[in-house]
Amino acid sequence: MSSETKTNASPLGKLLAFAQANRELTSFLVLSALLLVLFPLTMGIFRLNLVGKYLTYAFVALGLVICWGYGGILSLGQGVFFGLGGYCMAMFLKLEASDPQSTSIQSTPGIPDFMDWNQLTALPGFWKPFQSLWATFIAVPLIPALLALLVSVAMFKRRVGGVYFAIITQAVAAILSILIIGQQGYTGGVNGITDLKTLKGWDIRSDSAKYILYFANAFLLLAGVWVSSRMLKSKVGRLLLAMRDREDRVRFSGYDVANLKTFAFVFAAVLSAIGGAMFTLQVGFMSPSFVGIVPSIEMVICAAVGGRDSVFGAVYGTLLVNFGKTFFSEIFPELWLFMIGALFIGVVMVFPNGLAGLNRQKVMGAWEGLRTLVSKVRGRNKGTPLLPDGSAVAGGATLKNDL
Amino acid sequence: MNKSLHVFGRRALSCGLSSLALALALPTGAYAADYPTAKVNTTGLAVTDTEVVVGQLHSATGTMAISETGSIQAERLAIDEINAAGGILGRKIKIIQEDGASDWPNFAEKSKKLLISDKVAAVFGCWTSASRKAVLPVFEKENGLLYYPTFYEGLEQSKNVFYTGQEATQQILAGLDWLVKEKKAKTFFLIGSDYIWPRTSNKIARKHIENVLKGTVVGEEYYPLGHTQFGSLINKIKLKKPDAIYAIVVGGSNVSFYKQLKAAGVTSAKQTLLTISVTEDEMLGIGGENVEGFYAAMKYFQSLDNPNNKEFVKKFKAKYGKDAVIGDVTQAAYLGPWLWKAAVEKAGSFDVDKVVAASPNIELKTAPEGYVKIHPNHHLWSKLRVGQALANGQFKVLYESDLIEPNPFPKGYQ
Amino acid sequence: MDSLSMSELWAIFVMQSFNGLSSFSVLLLMALGLAIIFGQMGVINMAHGEFLTIGAYTTFVLSEVSQRWMPWMQGSYFILAVVVSFFIAASVGLLVEHLMIRHLYRRPLDTLLATWGLSLIMQQVFRSVFGAKEVSATLPDWLMGSVQPTESIDIPINGLLVMGLTLLMTAGVFVGLFKTRWGVWVRATTQNRVMAGAAGINTRRIDKYTFALGCGLAGVAGAAFTTIGSTGPTSGSLYIVDTFLVVVFGGAESLVGTIASAFSIAQAQSTSEFFLTGSTAKVLTLLAVILILMLRPHGLFSIRVRR
Repeated sequence: MSSETKTNASPLGKLLAFAQANRELTSFLVLSALLLVLFPLTMGIFRLNLVGKYLTYAFVALGLVICWGYGGILSLGQGVFFGLGGYCMAMFLKLEASDPQSTSIQSTPGIPDFMDWNQLTALPGFWKPFQSLWATFIAVPLIPALLALLVSVAMFKRRVGGVYFAIITQAVAAILSILIIGQQGYTGGVNGITDLKTLKGWDIRSDSAKYILYFANAFLLLAGVWVSSRMLKSKVGRLLLAMRDREDRVRFSGYDVANLKTFAFVFAAVLSAIGGAMFTLQVGFMSPSFVGIVPSIEMVICAAVGGRDSVFGAVYGTLLVNFGKTFFSEIFPELWLFMIGALFIGVVMVFPNGLAGLNRQKVMGAWEGLRTLVSKVRGRNKGTPLLPDGSAVAGGATLKNDL
Repeated sequence: MNKSLHVFGRRALSCGLSSLALALALPTGAYAADYPTAKVNTTGLAVTDTEVVVGQLHSATGTMAISETGSIQAERLAIDEINAAGGILGRKIKIIQEDGASDWPNFAEKSKKLLISDKVAAVFGCWTSASRKAVLPVFEKENGLLYYPTFYEGLEQSKNVFYTGQEATQQILAGLDWLVKEKKAKTFFLIGSDYIWPRTSNKIARKHIENVLKGTVVGEEYYPLGHTQFGSLINKIKLKKPDAIYAIVVGGSNVSFYKQLKAAGVTSAKQTLLTISVTEDEMLGIGGENVEGFYAAMKYFQSLDNPNNKEFVKKFKAKYGKDAVIGDVTQAAYLGPWLWKAAVEKAGSFDVDKVVAASPNIELKTAPEGYVKIHPNHHLWSKLRVGQALANGQFKVLYESDLIEPNPFPKGYQ
Repeated sequence: MDSLSMSELWAIFVMQSFNGLSSFSVLLLMALGLAIIFGQMGVINMAHGEFLTIGAYTTFVLSEVSQRWMPWMQGSYFILAVVVSFFIAASVGLLVEHLMIRHLYRRPLDTLLATWGLSLIMQQVFRSVFGAKEVSATLPDWLMGSVQPTESIDIPINGLLVMGLTLLMTAGVFVGLFKTRWGVWVRATTQNRVMAGAAGINTRRIDKYTFALGCGLAGVAGAAFTTIGSTGPTSGSLYIVDTFLVVVFGGAESLVGTIASAFSIAQAQSTSEFFLTGSTAKVLTLLAVILILMLRPHGLFSIRVRR
């Protein structure tokens, strides 16, 4: 390594060497640049808002990387936590939108419209805490975390895992969505909680608010990525990985496997919930269609496309799948299901490690080649830049590398 | 409530029938030059000298594709006809179709695309209430224009939406009145899929039965969407022996419900059943022989015997095959483009505000259902018909009400 | 209820019991194929519902064909449809196994994702071929009637048919698994693939035909369900979650478990539906299943193995 660094004393070579040595930091910086600079600069507010929506799913994919890619626990019910986080946020916003003046045509002004339609005459008790923003901010991660804790204590202590766990999480998703749809007086039913307008008087539908929310979301996601990747580098991460591969050995070494799994599952649930809350803020409504099974499986696919054991892959995978979905459904409305189905199958069969695996196998090889080429050419030309804009080469290479 | 069952002249109706051929045949393309683009489009919509772009937003895939396909076809037919007759203000209509994919958040995304990126002048779309609720804030914020075709629960009125289907009271009250008058029903069993439209509709039905008709509701049951086992429900019906079943089951459940009813011996020979959720489209999936003899209450049946409708059915079959069927919502979807055309021409502009302002009291005498008129509350004056299902998948029309005033926020029924 | 006589109450009781049995056969019939594929092979086939749909569409096509060209078959085509459905679904199953599943045998969770993709593709194929709207096979009249042992008891014939088919299929699978050479091979392969291979069993072939059999059973279920449910591109997906729950609740490796679990879920559901409303009944049943799974994590009938 050090000898290579010496031969590449030029700025470009230094940069490449630095990127090589600090791969994770580089990946993080590239992702930040993409989310915070490239997207906002190149996209109109409509597309940016769309990307913002996709990025809220990336929270779920990130959680799945931790509990599935590392912990080996496949949950097909992550939509439950996304939904709960989103509903908590939506309840606050709905209460704010339902002030007595704007709901004066109702028979009971001051309560959300769907309650009025269902003959509720007072706000139900469990809605009351959501009148306070701070309580809402606490509830968004807390309620999903408690549910995740409940499920995991019941399941992991009894060594339910793998396929069984996956199917039980499906059932949890089914129950919750039937409950939400059935109890429409309390939840808004199948329509969800709609027509959300302001957050503490701040109009969340305006363009400026969308920009701000996009950046808030991107920062939160980057923070999530950072915290997760730190966590996975720590002892807990190594234990998770060990547990995924040889659970019994970890157990025999004296670790409580159930607690480890619980930690991973709750961590993932909290991440999903934050994503859900950000979704509600950016899209302006919450719907029980997220709590069901279909979106939960789609989010698993996002994680798989990115590479199930790569925190960065989770974000890229989500972006790619959703861009693909939007693109195909706009261009070939009849064909997009074929495309998305083929994507599922292709990822599993041809690229089981997703984009991140592809990067490791193919791009890294190409990148090595490029590096050698650069150093060779440089050696010959004695520092004359190969291209007018040498930094562009480096930027392009690292971006590819990251993917 | 009887006051709102407004009697509307039959004269208008007969006028409408005779003028059908005229209205469809007259070329209107001549005066494109009379409407310079700068004048008819002051809000930056996708309107050029030769073309106006509209959006079509339905589910072509997913579970709702079953229902929404008919609407997609009807709207296309209407737009093709309008184009063939010269377009609107001399401009041909170009359609951008987006797939809502039976996913409500996706509807919101696509509606943003249509309004913000494509700048469409109007959108014909949505089917479920949930999808409409999801796009409503987008239409209100971007000041778009939506023509919504489905009969629905009411409780909504937006500046940016025209509802070409019936709201709940239009579809329910007259049907129940008929049931009591003709079938002497005293006891009712209400059944629905578990979501807002059946629940709200049954709420209105229950109030009407108990307060106005002085009948009794002996049971009210809801099953999750997609439920396929109705054995226990059927036994409960047998236990309660209602004079009439009032059924609002939708989707795949519908098929299971009627097939199992028939197999359990609950047929029209022994039991009166009135539904507001089975159209000719649903009959395709259920099989006419399984619904035969039951009654449906809605504003349109394919078998309606009037010249407008005969023409419409002929054209629809010419375009989509002789086996194509037309349900209530399909017809309502067909009205959308025509109502929009009439409003644009009256306003002399594509600007949403002007179109909205011009819309109230616009009449459509060429409507296949006979005659409709836009109420200032953006719903349509329309009639209610009761049809009896036949084994061949069609309905025999038994009863036709007078024009009913739409009342999306009915007092005393909430 | 006051106006009801004892005999009428008795009739309701009989019909309700029959209803429970009928739900049980529906659940079992749809779970049977999955129990083989999932329980015996460890493959999670999320496209199982679409194999059901294949059976349903086969029945529809045959109904159309018999109506148009072979009117003399209208009363009996249904029996043919059941058989043809089996073979068509099984052949598609063979193809899927060959192209996809065989590459994924060691990765059960990956089969889940890949078959989910497959189910999306199959749904779109149905939509492209048969149209997005639902279709309806014209069923013979004898099938849609009811038997009336007494004046007030109606026993639906389609329920009897599903029951009969379920009985036949279950018996067939049992005989196949426990009384034939093939069954020995399948069970050997399930228990220890390497040893089975070493003992000269062609495990590749066993996998292939087991998967095809499971899919074929789904096709039969699909044909039978045209008498009680809908036929559309997404009809199969209505059943998939319930089907998996039945299999998991029973204990994946045990066929007896699948039967017991289908029975208890069906009884719980149909009884609670009778006394409560449909939505509440569904939630309660699902909750009970989850609670019991927490107590018996590997299902009602699990083979005791150290994990």
